[in-house]
Parts: sequence; structure tokens; C-alpha cells
Amino acid sequence: MNKTAEQYWKANIRLVSILLAIWFVCSFLFGIILVEPLNTIKIGGVGLGFWFAQNGSIFTFLVLIYVYAKRMNALDVEFDVHED
Amino acid sequence: MDLQTLTYLVVGFTFALYIGIAFWARAATTGEFYAAGRGVHPVANGMATAADWMSAASFISMAGLIAFNGYGASVFLMGWTGGYVLLALLLAPYLRKFGKFTVPEFIGDRYYSRTARIVAVICLIIASVTYVIGQMKGIGVAFSRFLETEYDTGLYIGMGIVFIYAVMGGMKGITYTQIAQYCVLIFAYTVPAIFISLNITGNPVPQLGIGSTMADGSGTFMMDRLDQVVTDLGFKEYTTQVMGSKLNMFVYTLSLMIGTAGLPHVIIRFFTVPKVKDARSSAGWALVFIAILYTTAPAVGSMARLNLMNTIQTGEVGTVEGNIEIAKVPQWMTNWEKTGLLQWEDKNGDGRIQYYNDKNAEFAAKAEGWGWKGNEMTKVDRDIMVLANPEIASLPNWVIALVVAGGLAAALSTAAGLLLAISSSISHDLLKGVFIPDISEKNELLAGRLAMAGAIGVAGYFGLHPPDFAAGTVAIAFGLAASSIFPVLMMGIFYKKMNRSGAIWGMISGIGVTMLYVFQHKGIMFIPGTSFLGDMGPSWFLGISPNAFGAVGALVNFVVAILVSKVTAPPPDHIQHLVEDIRVPKGADTATDH
Repeated sequence: MNKTAEQYWKANIRLVSILLAIWFVCSFLFGIILVEPLNTIKIGGVGLGFWFAQNGSIFTFLVLIYVYAKRMNALDVEFDVHED
Repeated sequence: MDLQTLTYLVVGFTFALYIGIAFWARAATTGEFYAAGRGVHPVANGMATAADWMSAASFISMAGLIAFNGYGASVFLMGWTGGYVLLALLLAPYLRKFGKFTVPEFIGDRYYSRTARIVAVICLIIASVTYVIGQMKGIGVAFSRFLETEYDTGLYIGMGIVFIYAVMGGMKGITYTQIAQYCVLIFAYTVPAIFISLNITGNPVPQLGIGSTMADGSGTFMMDRLDQVVTDLGFKEYTTQVMGSKLNMFVYTLSLMIGTAGLPHVIIRFFTVPKVKDARSSAGWALVFIAILYTTAPAVGSMARLNLMNTIQTGEVGTVEGNIEIAKVPQWMTNWEKTGLLQWEDKNGDGRIQYYNDKNAEFAAKAEGWGWKGNEMTKVDRDIMVLANPEIASLPNWVIALVVAGGLAAALSTAAGLLLAISSSISHDLLKGVFIPDISEKNELLAGRLAMAGAIGVAGYFGLHPPDFAAGTVAIAFGLAASSIFPVLMMGIFYKKMNRSGAIWGMISGIGVTMLYVFQHKGIMFIPGTSFLGDMGPSWFLGISPNAFGAVGALVNFVVAILVSKVTAPPPDHIQHLVEDIRVPKGADTATDH
């Protein structure tokens, strides 16, 4: 693997790690592990933990994939490994 | 026009549409048959993936599960969407770069081993067939219920329809048909939800409806009202009831996520887009279309529960007039009573229905003081909630007909996608890849179609004589995909040193452990709605239900694979170069055939 490809892969791994950390936090941490303390915060009669488990995590997933696609496409160009 | 005629019309029209599309887009080459010639736009592909993914379980069952399990059902909401993050970030772009047709093909090439490919084919077939049996059964039930035929006849009609467009069209036909099916099913799901949300909260957006106050002018938040209504009758509080234990919910969610990212019919979707870039965005688009239904589902579930409780408990709990008179039950209740999925029995002979949790000893004692002699709603099948919803909310007949068409679209599209995954693994992986490498393209296509017809036959047979499958089949399918396919794919991309022996032993031990656990508990793995919550199997490992065990199987797969790869020879240089190559998008093959 040449230098550029190596750096490209490192940048990729860094991005994926950050996004997966958020993935874990919004679903497993907010939606399951910390659900009781978060439920004491109410928005529109819905506990925050409950909301994350049933709606918030799904919205976060969408943002994660959007950010990933956008950042990766930028990385492809930056490291000149994009398709045509 | 009466409901029956209208249903015929709407369902007939949608079916004509699907078959027309399949005919127009029929496949001529293996490239088109397996991967739609890689010419599918990411948005279109995302929509098709969403239809493929959302089966009868998502459309019909999930809102019912939410209605009766409340917070506990969050595992399905998070599990069946979070997997797309894994898919987009860890698998889709690399598998597209690899540029072949099937999942076992990747595994066979990456692990330079026919054995690995065959093991992968076996996992794939078992997972897909078990899943498709469930869909076939759903199709049969839906047809027979609404076209008023025998269950068997309904199943045959469904098999015929699937056969025509899946076998003729291949992936190209299926992809375009699924786009039409997505439109039908999402329209059918959201229209009643909007009406009901308006009725209950005055807010037309269901996602906001659950956070709004009641439209009755009381100023009470809808969720607070629901919690109060259910706890007043001795049920668990809606927003806090847990499924099993927290650990179980954690593992359950993880299993469904990994299973999603490991199910072959979803993965092959990302082989159909033109570029690596498109594979990334395609997963995002798929999740957008899935999220429209999934974020609506909590509103559908909670409002259906509230409507149901209020229908029976019309006044103050404990007063005589507080319960509905049997002579005055609404039309939808008598309609569903005929199906046997909704049943009541006047235990105390007062001519009214009492619906409460008689398993709650404290509340049951209090209820006895009011002359209640046990819960009189003896059967409330959770699966009827979505189908009955428009009737409960007194929506027009065309909405009810639409929901039927939506349910059928959901079941058919998933069945077709699964059948394609099965047929490609048999014709492409087993025949061309292993047994008859010099098979002509024409014969391979024929073999693919025959395999598909065979799979429909097998699924139909099990659909006619279900071997006590139902909910258990879905658990096995997810468990298998999670514990076998996902870990090997992921390590194949992210761990260059993973070798042949590691992958093979990883897959075998992963499935092995999962299947052993599932079969061991087969007797108790059927999920009977709400009672499942309190009814933990004392023999479950750390209280983890068999449906949730796929994540543990996946962990075993990872550990075994890594240990074995450490003590066996590393993969040859050309394989390590292959891995380096799939990690960068440049040079992806954009041709339509290979």
C-alpha cells in the first residue's frame, strides 16, 4: 500500500470510528442504558430517553449516513482515489 | 361501493401494475438478472431496498408489537434501522467496489476457498428460506382474509404472482416493481396514521402527534394520557415497560442491527448501483424511505392502543357505566371477531366488557370488589392493529382497501428479494462457481429461474404446512445472518490478515452456537404478545431470549475467527492486495456485464 492509500484508509477509519461512537450513544446509551435518567427530561410529554429509543435514534442514523457519504466523497477527491 | 369490491379493485390494480412493470423490465442477461445491469439510480435503489426490507413484519406486526409492548418494542425500531448505519459504513461501498454479484462470491474470493463459499451459500439459503416462508404465510393469510378464499387458495395465488414477476424479471424487474410497491405501502401506512393523529391530537404529523396534547381540550399530553389509561387498568406503564431485561433489550437490538447488515437480500442491493459513491448514498436513501414508516410506527402503535382502551373503557374505571355494553360494540370489533383474532367473553354476566390486566394481583383484587371476574377481552391479536386501525378510526373504505394492498405489497416485495438471493446463490455460486464453471450464460439464467421456482415451491409447501414456525422463523433468519455472514464480511474488509481457516471456523461456530441456542429453546421462543414481557425463561443464558441470541453468535464468530487465524498461515500476498484494492473506490468496474 502506498503512502496516500495508507493515509486515506486511516482517515476513513477515523471517520467511521467517530460515527459509530455516535451510533452507539444515540441508540444503546440514550435509548437503553441511560433511559431512566433521560426520561426525567420531558419534551411535549415524552421522556427524552423514550423519544431517543423510538424516534430520535432513527433520525440520528440518517444524519450519520449522510455525513459519512459526504465526508467520504470529499476524502476520495482529496486523496485522488475517486472514480473517474 | 362496498368494501369487498373496492378491495378487489385496489389490489387488482396494484397487481396489474407490478406484473406490467416486471414484463417491461424483464432481464435478458445474467448481469441484469442478478444486479439489474448495475444501472439503478441510488434514490430508486434506496426505495427498492426499503420495499425489499420492510416485510409483512414491519408493515403489519410492528405497530401491534409497539402498541402492546410500549417502550420495550423500541428494540425493533432501533434494531431494524441501526443496521443500515453498519451496512453503509462497513460493507456497502467495499462490496460494490469488489464488483461481483453475490455475497458468497465475495467470501469465496476473499478467503480463496471454495469451502468458504459453500459454507456461505448454506448459511444464506437457510436464512433466506426461513425468512421467505414467513412471507409466504403472510401473503396467504392476507389474501384469504380479504378476498374471502381459503387460506390454501390465497397462498397459491400469492405463489403464482411472485413466480411471474420474480422469475421473469430477475433483479431488474424486481427493482422496478419494488419501487411501485414502496409507493403503495408507504401511502397505505401514513394516510391512516395522519387521520388518526389528527383525530386524537389535532396534529397531522404523527411524529409530532406523540408529543402533543389531546384534542379533547384537557391539555393533557397524549403520552401521559396513555400511561394513565393503561395503568388505571393494571397494565404496565406504556413508556417504561421493558422487554425482558435491559441486557436482553441491548442484545436484542444489537442482533437485529447485525442481522440487518448480514441479510444477503439486502446486501445484494448494493451491487446494483453504478458506482462506489452511489453505494454509500444508496444505504442512506434506503434508510430515509424506511424511516418514514419506522418513525410513524410509534404513533400508530400508541394511538391504536389508546383507541382500543377507550373503546372498551368508555367511562370511569370501576363504575358500572364505565364499560362498553356488548350489544353496542362498534362494527370493527364484530368484523374482527369473525376472524377469531379478537375475542371476548362476558365472564361476570353483566352484559359489558371489562378489559384489564388480571395477572396484576393487586389490581385484580381491587377489580373483584367491582364485580369483575377476570379480563373479558380473551384474545387481542397484536397483528390486527394496523389492519384494524382505519376501521377503528372510522376512515373511508378506500383507505381500508389501500391498507390491504399495502400489506400485500410489503410481503410480496420481500419474498421476491429473498427468492432472488436464493436463486443467485444456487445458480451463480453453486453451479457456475463450484460444480459447472463453464456453464453458458443462457443456462445459468435458466438455472437461476429454476432455482427460484424451486424455492417458491419449498416456501409454499412450508407455507401450507407451517412446522410451528411463525415468529420463530424470523428469529432464526436474523440470528443466522448476524452470526455467520456479517462478521466474515466485515473482517474480510477491515482485517487484512484474516485467513481462510479463520473465516470458515468463524462462520461454522457462529451459526452453530446460534442454532443450538435457538433450537434448545424452540419451545419458548414464540412471542405471545405482551405476556412475553413478564414470562422470562429461567433457563435463558443471562436472561437473553433466543430471538436476541444472534449477537452472541456473532461475537463467537469474531473470537473464533481471530484465534484460528492467529495460529494458521496468513492469507497469500495477492489476497492482501485484493483487500487493499477494495478499500479504495478508484478503478471500480462500471461495466454492465463481466
